[in-house]
Amino acid sequence: MARFALRCFALATVLGLGACAAPSPYDYSAFKRDRPVSMLVLPPLNESPDVAATYGVLSQVTLPLAEAGYYVVPVALMDETFRQNGLNNAAEIQDVSAQKLREIFGADAAVYIKVKKYGSSYAVVSSETRVTIEARIVDLRSGDLLWQGSATASSSEAQGSNQGGLLGLLVQAIVSQIASSATDASFKYAGLASQRLLYARKNGILYGPRSPNYQKD
Amino acid sequence: MRAGIVALAVIAILAGCAQAPKRLYYWEGFQAQLYEHFKGDVSGPEQQLLVLEEQSQKARAANAASPPGFQAHLALLCLLAGRDDEARTHLEAEKANFPESSQYMDFLLKRMSQGKP
Repeated sequence: MARFALRCFALATVLGLGACAAPSPYDYSAFKRDRPVSMLVLPPLNESPDVAATYGVLSQVTLPLAEAGYYVVPVALMDETFRQNGLNNAAEIQDVSAQKLREIFGADAAVYIKVKKYGSSYAVVSSETRVTIEARIVDLRSGDLLWQGSATASSSEAQGSNQGGLLGLLVQAIVSQIASSATDASFKYAGLASQRLLYARKNGILYGPRSPNYQKD
Repeated sequence: MRAGIVALAVIAILAGCAQAPKRLYYWEGFQAQLYEHFKGDVSGPEQQLLVLEEQSQKARAANAASPPGFQAHLALLCLLAGRDDEARTHLEAEKANFPESSQYMDFLLKRMSQGKP
């Protein structure tokens, strides 16, 4: 009788945790040592053929970082400041020294994003819109690499697929919000990819000081 | 008794995994308006200001906070629309809401007072 109960419990545990299971743990020692309070997201490098990629992503990265508890330097103002200093493209901007970035923007860490895929591809039977982005977060004070990762969102994912309880629920809510205001398909998936990339989650970034979950992870 | 233990275990696990946390900020159309600004081909700063000022009022009515960069973005739009005094007010508001922004906000305010764009 006790063994049956134990087996039921074990099964329930496995089933329950399956949705939240994580890959091998990330080494957060630099992140926990440096604990940045603010993030400067630089204009993303674009390796896709769609010129809309840089701003499609840049305009949607503030949300996950802010909700994770960080102050995010206003992206449009930042872009304007770079322009007025003669820097118009992401490659030049991502080359600016940490010291200069900190001097002007006062942020603790910079987020360097690269868009690997952005856009729709059309095959005979189906079409797919896909956005893939990578990011590195570097502390502007110490030079430490705090975190790096990548994420993808695509129209070929099954509708209502289980993306893992918490993140899945949030993402679903956002999709309906974005869908109503998006002007192109890639924009919607750029939003999803940005959230998957930069929300505080298992192996994702840690919570920041403005989050009620700060230092609980 | 057995079923009770299993049920409790399942509920405990699912509760931990399935809660969607309340949002810290009121986002609505903010990011879509950022994109509109960057694209610069449909609406201009005046139009974007109208949309965002309305959103700001809705946030206040809902007792919700506007996100980091929201006031600062209003400042940029005001600058583009030639409403410099309002721009200054919005930059100060960003600083008040988010002291982490002080260095950059002071940099911008200084440039404004020096007559630089």
